[in-house]
Amino acid sequence: MVSFVSTLVFALVLWFFVVNTPGWELVRRSFFDFEVFQAAWPRVIEGLWLNIRVLFFAAIGVLVFALLLATIRTLRGPVFFPLRAVAAGYTDLFRGMPLIIVLYIVGFGVPGLGALPRMPLEFWGTIALVLTYSAYVAEVFRAGIESVHPSQRLAARSLGLSYGKTLRLVVLPQAIRKVTPALMNDFIAMQKDVGLISVLGAVDAVRAAQIETAQAFNFSPYVLAGLLFVLLALPMIRLTDWYSARLRTREQAGSLV
Amino acid sequence: MSVVVKLENIHKSFGNTDVLRGISLDVHHGEVVALIGASGSGKSTLLRCVNLLEQIDDGQIWLGGDDISNPQVHPDKVRARIGVVFQQFNLFPHLSVLGNITLSLTHVKKMKGSEAQAHARELLAHVGLAEKASWYPDRLSGGQQQRVALARAIACKPEVLLLDEITSALDPELVGEVLELVHTLKDEGTTIMMATHEMAFARDVADRVFFLDNGVIAESGPAGGVLENPQDSRTQAFLRRFSG
Repeated sequence: MVSFVSTLVFALVLWFFVVNTPGWELVRRSFFDFEVFQAAWPRVIEGLWLNIRVLFFAAIGVLVFALLLATIRTLRGPVFFPLRAVAAGYTDLFRGMPLIIVLYIVGFGVPGLGALPRMPLEFWGTIALVLTYSAYVAEVFRAGIESVHPSQRLAARSLGLSYGKTLRLVVLPQAIRKVTPALMNDFIAMQKDVGLISVLGAVDAVRAAQIETAQAFNFSPYVLAGLLFVLLALPMIRLTDWYSARLRTREQAGSLV
Repeated sequence: MSVVVKLENIHKSFGNTDVLRGISLDVHHGEVVALIGASGSGKSTLLRCVNLLEQIDDGQIWLGGDDISNPQVHPDKVRARIGVVFQQFNLFPHLSVLGNITLSLTHVKKMKGSEAQAHARELLAHVGLAEKASWYPDRLSGGQQQRVALARAIACKPEVLLLDEITSALDPELVGEVLELVHTLKDEGTTIMMATHEMAFARDVADRVFFLDNGVIAESGPAGGVLENPQDSRTQAFLRRFSG
C-alpha cells in the first residue's frame, strides 16, 4: 500500500514536471503523435516481423556456434592447443569489436568479394549477429562447463564413457542448466540488437520507422518501433526473472549439488 | 582360483612426490581385498591406477589376463570392465536414480532402452531402493545415494569392483546399510578391491588385507592375521591409533 502510494506520487510529480517543461508541447507532437503512430503501424509491424525472423535464425546459429566454441576452448591436452588458441582468439576479437562494425564488414565487405551468390541483406545481418553474439555466449557456456565439478567427469569416465559422451551426457546438461539465466539475458540483449541490421538497409522495424519518420517529418514512428521492441522483449524478461528466482529458491532449499 | 587383477611393481609419482613405490599384488576371482593405511599412503592412487584414471610411471597391470598398462589399450574399454564407487558418491544430479544406472547400460553396453530400464530396476530392488527409481539424487540420504552408486557400478557386471573409502563421507548411522550391501555383493561372488578406514568391516568382509605405508606394502595377509596380530612395527603403530 505504502509502496503503491509512493509510486503514484512519484509518477505524478514526474509527469507534471515533464508536462510543464517549456518544450513539452513540441516534443509531444513530434514524438507521441497518435495519428503518426497509426500511419506508421503497417510498415513498422512488417519490419518487426523481419526482426523476429532474423532473431529466430540468429538465436539458433548462436547456440550451435557458441557451444562449438566453448567445447573447443575446454578441450584438454596439449594436442589441442592450436584449436584452443584459435577459439580464444576468436572470442577475444568478437567480444571487443563493436557489433555495428562487424555488421558493416560482413554486410558490405563479404558480398563485395563477389565469391558468394547474392544474398538478401538480412542474411548478412544474421551472420554478423551470430559472429558477435557467439563470442559472448561461448564464454557463458564455458563458465558453465567449468563449473561442473571434475568428479562428475571422473564418475562418467569410470563407467567407460568416452570424452565426447561424458561431455554430451553428463557435463553439458548440468552446465546448460546452470547458465540458463545468463543465456536468456544474452538473448534479450540480442533481441534489441537485431534492430541494428537496419544499418545495412534491410527494412526491419527500425528502418521502417526511419522511412516513416522521413515522410511524416515526425519522430513518432521511432517511439512506436521502440515500444514494440520492449513488448517483444517483455515475455522473455519476465521468464528470465521467474526462472532465476526459481533456481535461487531451489538452491536455498539445500540441495547437495 | 583365477587371478582377476594383477599388479606388478607399480610406481607412480606426482611431481617430486613418490606416491607408489613398487606395489605388487594379486586379486583372485571372488576375493575381497582391503587396502588400509594412513591418509596419503597411496590407497586411493592405487585404485585410480587400476582403472587407468592415473597413468602409472612404471610396472604392469593385468585385468583378466590382459595387460592394461600397455599404452595401446583403450582406457574406455578397460574402464567398462571395472566398477568404481567414490567417497563422494558422484551421482549425476541431472539424472534420476534410474537414469544414473541406465546411462552406462545404454551408452557403453549399447543395451536397448527398455532392456536397460528393466535391468536397472532389478538392480535397484537388489539394493533396496526399488521405490526410488524416479527420484533425483539430491532427494536421497547419503546412504541411499551410495547404494545407488553401488548399483550403478555393478550394472555392467564388472570383473572387479573398486571401492574408494565409500563410507568416509557418510553419517555414522548410515554406514551400516552400505557395508551390509557390500557384504551381500561379496556373498554373490563379486571381486572387490577396497580402500577403507573401517577396520572392523575390513576384518569382517575382507579375505586379505594389505597395509600400505609410504607407497609400499608394509604387511599383507589374511584379514584376521594382519589386523589382530600384526607383525610389522608400522602396522602395529597404525592399528594402535585406530583402536585408541
